[in-house]
Amino acid sequence: MKRIIFDLLKYNNEFRIGVFLILIVVTMAGLSFFSPYPPNDVFVVPPDAPPSADYWLGTTSRGQDVFWQLSIAIRNTLAFGLLVALLSRVISIVVGLSSGYLGGWVDRVLMAINDTFIVIPLFPILILFYFVLRDSMSTILLALIMSSLGWAYDSRLIRSVAMSLKTREFTGTSVFSGMTIFEILRREHLPYVLPIIFSTTLNNMNWSIGLEVTLAVLGFMDINTPTIGGMIYWANQHTAIVAGIWWWVTFPVITVVATFVGLYLIAVSINEYIDPRSRLSRMGGGQS
Amino acid sequence: MPAYFNFAIKRLWQFVLVVFIGINIAYVITHVTPIDPVEQSISAVTSFGNTSPEAIADMRRSLQELYGLKGDWIEQYISFWRRILQADFGPSLSAFPAPVTSLIARALPWTFGLLAFTTLVSWSVGNLLGALAGYYRNNRSLKFFGVLAMALHPVPYYIVALSLMIVFGFIWPVLPITGGSAMDVQQGWNWQFVASVFHHSVLPALSLIMIGIGSWFLGMRSLVSNIITEDYVVYAEIGGVAQSRMMGSYIIRNALAPQVTGLAMSLGGIFNGAVITEKIFGYPGLGSLLVDGVYAGDYGLVLGVTSIAIIGVSLSVLVIDLIYPLIDPRVQVAS
Repeated sequence: MKRIIFDLLKYNNEFRIGVFLILIVVTMAGLSFFSPYPPNDVFVVPPDAPPSADYWLGTTSRGQDVFWQLSIAIRNTLAFGLLVALLSRVISIVVGLSSGYLGGWVDRVLMAINDTFIVIPLFPILILFYFVLRDSMSTILLALIMSSLGWAYDSRLIRSVAMSLKTREFTGTSVFSGMTIFEILRREHLPYVLPIIFSTTLNNMNWSIGLEVTLAVLGFMDINTPTIGGMIYWANQHTAIVAGIWWWVTFPVITVVATFVGLYLIAVSINEYIDPRSRLSRMGGGQS
Repeated sequence: MPAYFNFAIKRLWQFVLVVFIGINIAYVITHVTPIDPVEQSISAVTSFGNTSPEAIADMRRSLQELYGLKGDWIEQYISFWRRILQADFGPSLSAFPAPVTSLIARALPWTFGLLAFTTLVSWSVGNLLGALAGYYRNNRSLKFFGVLAMALHPVPYYIVALSLMIVFGFIWPVLPITGGSAMDVQQGWNWQFVASVFHHSVLPALSLIMIGIGSWFLGMRSLVSNIITEDYVVYAEIGGVAQSRMMGSYIIRNALAPQVTGLAMSLGGIFNGAVITEKIFGYPGLGSLLVDGVYAGDYGLVLGVTSIAIIGVSLSVLVIDLIYPLIDPRVQVAS
């Protein structure tokens, strides 16, 4: 594992840029623990001040320091993405592995449901959730809802790997040595799909953070928890762009774009690492 | 043709399942939540002033009917489906007494036009450029486009639309940033109106294409760069097949099948993006209707748009699935 990361850092530009961006964002999020202001307090600093030595990224019309507000916002946003990704991984691993290994009618039923979740437009459904729940919609609840909706694509990916693992010799050996299905899936097959799970985790985080930002910007979630989307929402409420308070919108947008690009680049370079063909061509060993 | 027939039946069954599960999710969300939508609507109305108890009781009864909360849950479930199948979502509360169906019918062509155009453009241009980039790996401008696509592709629709709006609305105000057409133009099939629609759709379309094109480009590039190492391509190259023929019949033809499947799988996501883009640019489509419906607390409208979105997206997926055997002849052999 350590070697892989070291190799990727050494040979893969995309991975390097991705790690660099994510390190900045995570550092930013980590700084929130040293924030001098409580995250939800307003009018603790003079409002509408442009970026300066005192307030690095300026202050908002609500009298909050953009820098510290941003650090807590990106922390919450990252935590949200991570929570959704981890929860939905559980579903996609269980469905993907068992569907690929068991085959037959189990596979058909699970994949029919799976394809349904791939096709259905989720955004209207999330909006419908907000419409019904209104003020009871919390960030945790939204994370639960989104993880139960966003697993399908990845479980199809895991299933395709599991199907090929099933035909490998060691699977037969473990069947004959009397391992239960659960044991085979957990001890023999899971390690093989772990790299894919890791890269889909990053993509899933991108997906959920993107939706979170969008929902929050429209005001369709708990806007009192500071998140990146929540920050843009409040900036829009105070018509920050028209009023010329550009720093209130620009810095959250830059931060979240850095997060997206960073996560995406890491996921791409890991995928490349998993696929031996592109690794060969990178090393110059393959054709063309 | 029996192979194709089997295939079509399978797809049709999947379509029915998608709509069934989707509508059931909508039913569960609206009926199994702890919050009573009727009481919520009533408290929203009565908070503006005094309302007589009889009027409130009257309102409660009609709202219960509208929300389908009368009778036990089997009756509710059946009446819910009946209304969906008849496409009858009752009158809109926010645009009373216009029926929800007519509001949706008015918004649907806008969304359909915008989505069909942008998806077609980003899919075909993205795939073409991606194929070229995979084949001519050392081309400078294609490499640059790859970097651009990689940086742009993971950014969500909202951020791109907002950035475009800031650039073309405030910094360099040359394009209209809101509405579907100019207010002072008569809607109809006249030159002025059509031109105005195009003019207004530039920014929403651009933001949808900017996001969409990247994933097709990157997907096609990696597909093609894998295909060109296949034996049959190397053989054709040695055999002196013309480059244009190589590209068209040997490489793109083979890489196209997964990209068509990909299109079917991502239609839902594309629709999500359109909802947001429409709202930001005030485009008079389904997305704006949905968001405004939530703001106004219009239950029938929100449910109506959600159902139409589920049915519309899965119908488009079905259409793509049904033409898929034309692109990938293996389907007919396999089944």
